[in-house]
Amino acid sequence: MDENTIICRCSDVTLKEIRELISQGYQTFDEIKRITRAGMGPCQGKTCGYLIMREIANATGKNMQDIKFQTNRPPVVGVKLGLIAEEGRNEE
Amino acid sequence: MKNKAEAVIIGGGISGCSIAYNLAKKGLKDIVVLEKNYICSGSTGRCGAGVRMQWGTEMNCKIAKKSIEFYENANEILEYERDVEFKQKGYLLVAATDHEVDQFKKNIEVQHSCGIPSRMLTLKEAREIVPYLNTDVLKGAAFCPRDGFLNPFHTTDAFYRAAKRLGVEFNTYTEATGIKIEKGRVTGVETNKGFISTNIVVNAANAYGKSICDMVGLDVPIYSERHQILVSEPVEPMQDPMVMAFGLNFYIQQSPEGTFIMGRGDENEPRDLRVTSSWHFLEEMAKTIEMVLPPIAKLRVIRQWAGLYNMTPDKQPIYDEAEDVKGFYFALGFSGHGFMFGPITGIAMSEMILKENPTIDVSMLNLNRFKTGKLLMEPSVV
Repeated sequence: MDENTIICRCSDVTLKEIRELISQGYQTFDEIKRITRAGMGPCQGKTCGYLIMREIANATGKNMQDIKFQTNRPPVVGVKLGLIAEEGRNEE
Repeated sequence: MKNKAEAVIIGGGISGCSIAYNLAKKGLKDIVVLEKNYICSGSTGRCGAGVRMQWGTEMNCKIAKKSIEFYENANEILEYERDVEFKQKGYLLVAATDHEVDQFKKNIEVQHSCGIPSRMLTLKEAREIVPYLNTDVLKGAAFCPRDGFLNPFHTTDAFYRAAKRLGVEFNTYTEATGIKIEKGRVTGVETNKGFISTNIVVNAANAYGKSICDMVGLDVPIYSERHQILVSEPVEPMQDPMVMAFGLNFYIQQSPEGTFIMGRGDENEPRDLRVTSSWHFLEEMAKTIEMVLPPIAKLRVIRQWAGLYNMTPDKQPIYDEAEDVKGFYFALGFSGHGFMFGPITGIAMSEMILKENPTIDVSMLNLNRFKTGKLLMEPSVV
């Protein structure tokens, strides 16, 4: 695959960048996330997650099921702050 | 992993990495850092990514000023190949009561005595900096242009890489499980991967630091408290400074990628080590932002998370060596500002360990101050 392929579409991270980091010892999804922001964008790693985990598995010889993904954080999809505030006031 | 070291540092956040870097730079050999997860996985990597000089105690002002001066040149000093992303567009502090305005004025006197370029602003001047600020709910404001946003991951990574180049050994996923003491002196650290003999142990575990102190029977008056943050979708640049309020209880800034990062404190938060997220926080945060910065409420929240403040009674850190356990040093209790104090934590602790003259005299931040009760309280923490 072309190494300039964008792996994380939220933060424009290329396959090349991911492979370089893995070779430098950043070998968990969380570590790669903290350097590149892959997984921190609006999709929360729904696109890049498996791609990055597969790269880690390939480079380290581990099985995919042994590679840990990031913590899933709320909300599942983006919600406007104003809506949350309104909902909060309705409950009062 | 080495089984013998000149110094073992527990904690791979900004403090541990900075202490390791400074000790190595001063020529200490065989330094080992233990991190139970990965670098920057604890409080540093969960913080609000802000650095400010606008504090209320002289000690906090001095440490913050020197640290920010370091951060201004961190890419060059640490020879970092990425960018620590220092967006130095200031902190705009806003007050909702006259009492708070008075506190700002007192703080600014202390800040000026330390050479910090902060100033009081009229509400009109505040709106010139953040045009959509709802000043109807405010009484006054203060501003310092040298405060700002700093990327905690890259900054810690910069210290980590620089320390590694100087020969420091970093052991991630390695947990300190015990400390060996002989005749009142540290002689080694037990870990889940084996024993390391050493005469110097530095506890830089912040939120988890109390359990490390327990290993040597040292009683420290610190506790960890959850603080939550949320981040919005990225948008075009629209807000230069961090906006922060103590009474209204929030901080919010736009990161260089365009996302808005915001958080607030809650005195009813659990005092334990949980880092889960709550809906209550989202609601309270959303209501506050809608009131003070209305246009921001149109943005979508895309993620929320939590981290731990390690609190001391006076909200200032503790830099010290244990009286009864020689060789056991600790840099703890950062009370939510360990990231911004990172450079000085490294310098001060390395000077203390190597018995050098201090760059900044931090001796008043000793552990004993809590026994004598002569505390200078930091009034400005969210």
